[in-house]
Amino acid sequence: MIKKSYATEIEDILSRYPTKRSAVLPLMHLAQQEYGYMSDEAKREVAEILDLDPTHILSIAGFYTLYYEEPVGRYVLEVCNDLACALRGADDFLDMVLGKLDVDLHGTTDDGLFTVKNVMCIGACDRAPVLQCNLKFHEHLDEAKFDALVDQWRSDSAEQTSIVDQIIAGRTE
Amino acid sequence: MKHVLLRHRDVPDIHKLEVYRKNGGYEAWQQVLKMQPADVIDVVKASGLRGRGGAGFPTGIKWSFIPKGAEEVYVVINTDESETGTFKDRELLERNPHQVIEGALIAAYAVGAKAIYNYWRGEYMDAAHECQAAVKEAYEAGLIGENILESGFSCDFYNHFGAGAYICGEETALLNSLMGYLGQPWSKPPFPAIEGLYAKPTVVNNTETMANIPPIIVNGADWYRQIGTERSPGPKIACLSGHVNKPGNYEVPLGITYRELIFGEAYGGGIPGGKAFKALLPSGGSGPIMIDEHLDVPMTFEGPETVGSVMGSASLIVMDETVNMVWATTKAIHFFHHESCGKCTPCREGTYWMEQLLHRIMEGHGTERDVRVLENVAENIGGKTLCALGEFARNPVLSSIKHFPEDYRALVQPSAEIPLAVAAD
Repeated sequence: MIKKSYATEIEDILSRYPTKRSAVLPLMHLAQQEYGYMSDEAKREVAEILDLDPTHILSIAGFYTLYYEEPVGRYVLEVCNDLACALRGADDFLDMVLGKLDVDLHGTTDDGLFTVKNVMCIGACDRAPVLQCNLKFHEHLDEAKFDALVDQWRSDSAEQTSIVDQIIAGRTE
Repeated sequence: MKHVLLRHRDVPDIHKLEVYRKNGGYEAWQQVLKMQPADVIDVVKASGLRGRGGAGFPTGIKWSFIPKGAEEVYVVINTDESETGTFKDRELLERNPHQVIEGALIAAYAVGAKAIYNYWRGEYMDAAHECQAAVKEAYEAGLIGENILESGFSCDFYNHFGAGAYICGEETALLNSLMGYLGQPWSKPPFPAIEGLYAKPTVVNNTETMANIPPIIVNGADWYRQIGTERSPGPKIACLSGHVNKPGNYEVPLGITYRELIFGEAYGGGIPGGKAFKALLPSGGSGPIMIDEHLDVPMTFEGPETVGSVMGSASLIVMDETVNMVWATTKAIHFFHHESCGKCTPCREGTYWMEQLLHRIMEGHGTERDVRVLENVAENIGGKTLCALGEFARNPVLSSIKHFPEDYRALVQPSAEIPLAVAAD
């Protein structure tokens, strides 16, 4: 229930706009953080807080790429293989990532740790190959750096403050 | 060159308020608070500053469209930087956020706005830490908020995050998204200056445009006009990517040639591995391709038009001789198909069919007729969509067929009954 876990933050977000509806994207970011993806429960809760119809939340979830309509892994890796990155080896890099994790594009590894997606330009073309892991940028990548990251993600059991919690909820700790 | 926009490269830690103020930061803001709003607009008009998002509309004139005495006015910063190959606004807000905030505050004062919304693409959350901290510092220092510096003027600043949609860089789609509706464009009029956010008069300016405002106020319009050209004054951040030795952002005076930017030692430093230049996309995926003989035109709002292209957001994607232009076009069209919002049929269906045709050609199953159909579909999107996305989607297709027909010919089977339109050239 984001109403409980983000009570003060939601109040602060709502205070920024003259209409409740404007808070739909930030609240959906929080709901996805809480529920892992835009589950029916997540959609219903956002709809209820904002006095909107749940079908409106459904259409928004389908429109924007950062809302996941199906469950995803603990780490969502979004690899850019758009034109500028592809000119610097991003297609091969993406194939390497899929091979190493033994997963299909847009699929999730059997252990539930990794979902790999390819994305359109994420504004790091001068630092390709590049990926975002749960929205955190990792740039100037190669196979060795990727291996090191995977080891880190696999061994990292400590919960860290997510980017969404830091930026949308404003939790700096 | 000393930087006007990328000042963090000369001044370490300028993202911190204390350092920014030590280096002249918020002097423009204090100066503006003692001026009449109309005079502020006049200075920006006189500077000749034109919108840095790509369209190049004169900023001061845009501000002057806001009805005088309107009670509820909004300023929106367009940080939905999503064009392929564009990464300038990210660096500005990551490294020099106060300059953008200060510029937006000046805009708000000039048009009488009580709130500023900075609309970021959602993928940039990780680039927003410094800006969030900067906003907090500026509030605490009384530079944003109630009764700013005892001037009687009050204004709030909010960062707002989208969730992954290129189309939200189009201003009316952005406003719809910010109001919580689907991020789809509306048919203009009404223009945002009259009925924008919450149907109130609204100024929407690109992030880089905002960063130009404080130096214009402090140094004056004449100083600004010494940089750049007469019709395209000022500095511009060019984003270099693809096959260049030194990709990255470069702040340059408008009017520099594309050749200098790509090959100059101070900029791109040429093509890696000594390979030959093949093609340039001068405005991400959305501008018509330029070839070697076009590279001596100046990078201004007018320059590339003389060779059938555009400056746009100045996102230069450089391609060497090894690149197959059908492949590059397929990448670009995949992007536009993925990002079409679906509102206008010619764009929604046209980008889909262009991608299908390009895949067929790339896989070796295409005929000359498919290239003709591809060209025909592209031509039929033009002028039939509400926003520019549809127009953009035509450009890589038509310009690649025009400049690189041999790349298509090498992949397709001849079809005798309908000759390839470009074969005659």
